[in-house]
Amino acid sequence: MELLEAIILSVLAASTPLLLAATGELVTERSGVLNLGVEGMMIVGAACGFGGAWLSGSTTVGAICGIAAGTLLSLIFALMTLGLAVNQVATGLALTILGVGLSGLIGAGFVGERITPAPHLHIPGLTDIPLVGRILFGEDAFVYLSLALVIGVWLFLYRTRAGLVLRAAGDNHVSAHALGYPVLRIRLFAVMFGGACAGLGGAYLPLAYTPFFIPGMTAGRGWIALALVVFASWRPGRLVIGAYLFGAVTILQLHAQAFSLGIPSQFMSALPYLATVIVLVLISRARTGGSTAPAALGTVFVPDR
Amino acid sequence: MQLVLEKRAERSNIIALVSPLIAIGLTIVTMSILFAILGKNPISALGVYFIDPLTDSYSLQEIAVKAAPLVMIAIGLSLCYLANVWNIGAEGQFLIGAVAGSWLAVETHGTDAGPWVLPAMLLLAAAGGALYALIPAICRVRFGASEILTSLMLVYVADLFLDYLVRGPWRDPAGFNFPTTAEFDPVATMPILIQGGRLHLGAIIALVVVAAAAVLLGRTIKGFEIRVVGAAPRAARFGGFNSNQLVLLTFAISGALAGLAGIIEVAGPVGHLQPGFSPGYGFTAIIVAFLGRLNPVGILIAGLFLALTFIGGEQAQIAMKIPLDVTKVFQGILLFYVLACDSLILYRFRLIFPSRQVHRGTA
Repeated sequence: MELLEAIILSVLAASTPLLLAATGELVTERSGVLNLGVEGMMIVGAACGFGGAWLSGSTTVGAICGIAAGTLLSLIFALMTLGLAVNQVATGLALTILGVGLSGLIGAGFVGERITPAPHLHIPGLTDIPLVGRILFGEDAFVYLSLALVIGVWLFLYRTRAGLVLRAAGDNHVSAHALGYPVLRIRLFAVMFGGACAGLGGAYLPLAYTPFFIPGMTAGRGWIALALVVFASWRPGRLVIGAYLFGAVTILQLHAQAFSLGIPSQFMSALPYLATVIVLVLISRARTGGSTAPAALGTVFVPDR
Repeated sequence: MQLVLEKRAERSNIIALVSPLIAIGLTIVTMSILFAILGKNPISALGVYFIDPLTDSYSLQEIAVKAAPLVMIAIGLSLCYLANVWNIGAEGQFLIGAVAGSWLAVETHGTDAGPWVLPAMLLLAAAGGALYALIPAICRVRFGASEILTSLMLVYVADLFLDYLVRGPWRDPAGFNFPTTAEFDPVATMPILIQGGRLHLGAIIALVVVAAAAVLLGRTIKGFEIRVVGAAPRAARFGGFNSNQLVLLTFAISGALAGLAGIIEVAGPVGHLQPGFSPGYGFTAIIVAFLGRLNPVGILIAGLFLALTFIGGEQAQIAMKIPLDVTKVFQGILLFYVLACDSLILYRFRLIFPSRQVHRGTA
């Protein structure tokens, strides 16, 4: 039973960075912009988040540094794709290449250092309930924040006017523009939101998941987050299911390695990536009645006057 | 007054010609600032990066050695990008090619196998890379799965597979437990072109690939189809081109070239298979493809330039203690500038004055 509790706790922790980054990317893509630079924004968020927390001794400062770093990188992306009408796929790749280099440069000074991991909630009585107590009431702030963020995004997209306009910009930028909506400005904010979330998701890794920084510690999570958005068919609710499923695969393969079932550890480590490929194939195949992607996703928009 | 981007009536040939140069210039300016922030003298750092490697024969050969895989991979990628399909998993195809070719080298190690070994290794590597690249291509064509994500995911899988092989079944028994295969036999290594030097047959193969790509794109119907499918998908449909078949074809070619580059690297400068033998050639090649404007000759020049930054980066680390990650930052910034400058081929900036806008509105 305690093992089960430990497994669920670690699944939640492994899923949170994916959920944070994927939520941001979902909003970005819903506005019609495909930002493939999630991995780059996450890894720089991790380096800056750790740096901020290490220098200040505060997890909150670290988280803010991560958010700021992700947002700054997303601004470069926005300048390129929205300001200069550059191909979004190529720019996203450039952002990832740049991010990997930058994080190595920024993080070089912090490698080998340790910080106090983010504190976990403790409500006397509630947290002590056996089995469910720690799972429901004993998480770190990021876990709750990520779930609140998904609910917030869902409310925004489907229950507010601004959310409707954002979706309109993502489905048909020409019509949205003709109706007088500032398509590029909407997309700018969506891209920045995506950057902030990716930065926070990256910062979660050294702030709460493992209390130190290693170069390349995101290990493809940004790409998995991108796949999650596809898996979720661009709907926030399904994103939660997807993120926790992937977290579970990651953790289960770790536990399976510990039990050493005679399967080489590398094959187990490859599971999350193989699972992503298989899920993408299954999801894409199931969609026979046309795509659910935002119709204008990834296309360049230059308003004419 | 407002600064806006608008589409040019036709593409600007002048900008198309000078834009890579502008991009490189802007990158060098940005790098100087970065060097200054790191507390290094920008002038001497740039000298170490871009001038010193050009001054001795060893470094010049080393540039060609590093450019060969970059150019080969980038040529393959350019075919994909021209057809508007996004193979970003070249690094994985590079690794699988290296694995497929190394299999024969490991199997024949210590036997008296003849000179057929190396050509067979090259063939195996190309086949391995092509098959590995066909996985995302088939997922895309058959099931509509994004080739961007699947091809990238397979990079991690390839990396782990290589790691498993050299730590497990292929580990050199006499290797003191280091995760590496035995040193390849002479019949399984790339012949050196200059006695006592580093330059090997890979450079020639890369040149042949460039020439072949130039012919394919400029002189054949298939090359024409690839370009039309990418530039004008509707026209391609009306023309009856089979775009699915082109996705498979471009992926297979780029996978084969990446795989070939992989075995050339392993059987060339490295000499044995070990984890982490690639400094990320598969990703750097994406930059090479764009910097070379998806044109074979352009890619050759761009490959040499990026190889120069690898050598320069290593020398700067030794001579000035500049971290190696600066090279990656440099490459990332360069790609940004290249893409930004290329945008000005199709678009231009214009200042819009409010009065004119009103006039236009009433007209």
